[in-house]
Amino acid sequence: MMELSGICREYAVGDETVHALDHVSLAIHPAEYVSIMGPSGSGKSTLLNVLGLLDRPTAGTYRLKGEDVSRLDDDSLAAHRQQHIGFVFQFFHLIPRLTALENVELPLVLTGAAPRARRERAAQILESVGLKARLDHRPDQLSGGERQRVAIGRAIVMQPSFLLADEPTGNLDTKSGGEIMQLLEELNRSGIALLIVTHDPAIGGRARRHLSLRDGKIVGDVSEAAA
Amino acid sequence: MKPFDVARMSLQALERYPLRTSMLLLAIAIGVAAVVLLTAVGEGARRYVTDQFSALGTQLLIVLPGRAETAGGGIQGLLVGETARELTLDDTLAIARSSRVTQVTPLVLGAGTVSWGARERDITVLGTSAPMLAIQHWLMGTGRFLPPGDLEVAEPVCVLGATVARELFASRSPLGEWLRIGETRCRVLGTLAEQGLAGGFNVDETVIMPVASAQQIFNTSAVFRILVEASDRNGVQATRREIIAIIKARHAGEEDITVITQDALVATFDTIFNMITAGLAAIAAISLVVAGVLIMNVMLVAVSQRTAEIGLLKAVGARNAQILALFLTEAACLSLLGAVAGIAIGAAGVWLMRAAFPVLDFAAPAWASLSAVGVAIASGLVFGILPARRAAALDPVNALMQR
Repeated sequence: MMELSGICREYAVGDETVHALDHVSLAIHPAEYVSIMGPSGSGKSTLLNVLGLLDRPTAGTYRLKGEDVSRLDDDSLAAHRQQHIGFVFQFFHLIPRLTALENVELPLVLTGAAPRARRERAAQILESVGLKARLDHRPDQLSGGERQRVAIGRAIVMQPSFLLADEPTGNLDTKSGGEIMQLLEELNRSGIALLIVTHDPAIGGRARRHLSLRDGKIVGDVSEAAA
Repeated sequence: MKPFDVARMSLQALERYPLRTSMLLLAIAIGVAAVVLLTAVGEGARRYVTDQFSALGTQLLIVLPGRAETAGGGIQGLLVGETARELTLDDTLAIARSSRVTQVTPLVLGAGTVSWGARERDITVLGTSAPMLAIQHWLMGTGRFLPPGDLEVAEPVCVLGATVARELFASRSPLGEWLRIGETRCRVLGTLAEQGLAGGFNVDETVIMPVASAQQIFNTSAVFRILVEASDRNGVQATRREIIAIIKARHAGEEDITVITQDALVATFDTIFNMITAGLAAIAAISLVVAGVLIMNVMLVAVSQRTAEIGLLKAVGARNAQILALFLTEAACLSLLGAVAGIAIGAAGVWLMRAAFPVLDFAAPAWASLSAVGVAIASGLVFGILPARRAAALDPVNALMQR
């Protein structure tokens, strides 16, 4: 569970202070499917970064699975990201010189996992995202949709509780975007909480809970009745 | 993260930019090869010079009376009316009995006049014995050298230095002629070939006689020097100690001689050339520091090119120390590979130099090659720290925004 209370994130831009997040309080429950929407500059990406422990709030308290993580140092944050959170980015962020398998393996390499075990695990993950035949392809040999599948594979290889996706279909055509959404929703059904930042209402509308942000404040939080 | 994985990822990153990587490797290789080649030249010169000296006989020991080490001893001796005990032919024979020596010869020097018919000349009389020829590596011109025999027998024979022979006899053969030296007469056995100056002493202008004959001329029982050849090149110091012990026993327990070894001289040259070699190595090592600056530059470029990648690594849980290790390893791999290439290039260069100048025994000393590799890696690491720290300190959100 992610619990934010009174979270602020301020930037100094020149002489001005920008309130990217302004006293945000929020709780994300296990296995939830949440979309975060809002106009550009509303703070939705900042919210995702704070939730994903890439960014620290300037004020407020963030409890991740009961632990206060709002004031941790870089390495503790890295450890929490490694264990609990998977990221999916608009631009995939694959390492170009590594194969699909190596890209998926990367988080396991960082933990010092044994080569054989991690290779098997990565291969299994790639198979589950439908890339069984593409293990040894480098990103430039893969289509956009395939690249995002590799990125999703990398995000889930550590079996995180939360999957944070920032415009995951923003760089894909409608067809492969749809397939990626299906894959993410499948993962959500298997028990991973899914948070998607998007400005595409068609994508955002698929979630069961819709957060709307404007000027760093949550202006809407609508949950659909359980189907 | 396993060290193997760190190394593998670093090498993969280097592989991605083959031109940049190979240029940098070349820069480091040139630096290391320069150290190897320059020290090989210095070492070659050192070996050449010490070998030349060794050819003169590192096994040679020179015994002289009195203790040269005891500064002021001479003056004190004068004041109390003591003089250093003289070396004698018996001392010479005593040393000759030692198993640690192969050849021993006494040396008596003095000024004299030599005449043959109407011609007369002032010369240096050198009293010695048969082994002198071999010990000093002299070459005979005509005839033969002093015959081996009893040191105490004053045979009336002599051998002429080349200049003396020419000036007294011109083109005639002096062999078998009788000369007058001081009050005595002696027969010419042979002449030496031209020797030139050796150790500041011109043998060409001497007349060489059996030691007992020379002692008679100068009315002395003393020996000026005793030249000893040690039986074992590595046992020179032991031989030196033994000579001192022998003479000490004969001189009522007094250590009143000095034994000079040629090692001391060779060792001095050795030291000088080693210093020169080290200086050359240091100059060449500067190029390794320059290569280090290049490494820093390239690594800074690499960090900014791979900013997004660093952000991603952080997003998937890389700690700052891991990022630091990755980039430092990359710099270290560059310098290590460059150093290995440099050693290979240097070895090839040394081989070529040896082929071109076989007289000089070029060889890069191991310490030079090892320290060149050490300096290359150290310079890679030192200059890699700044870029690696910059990478580690990147803010993940900003880093991920770069593409």
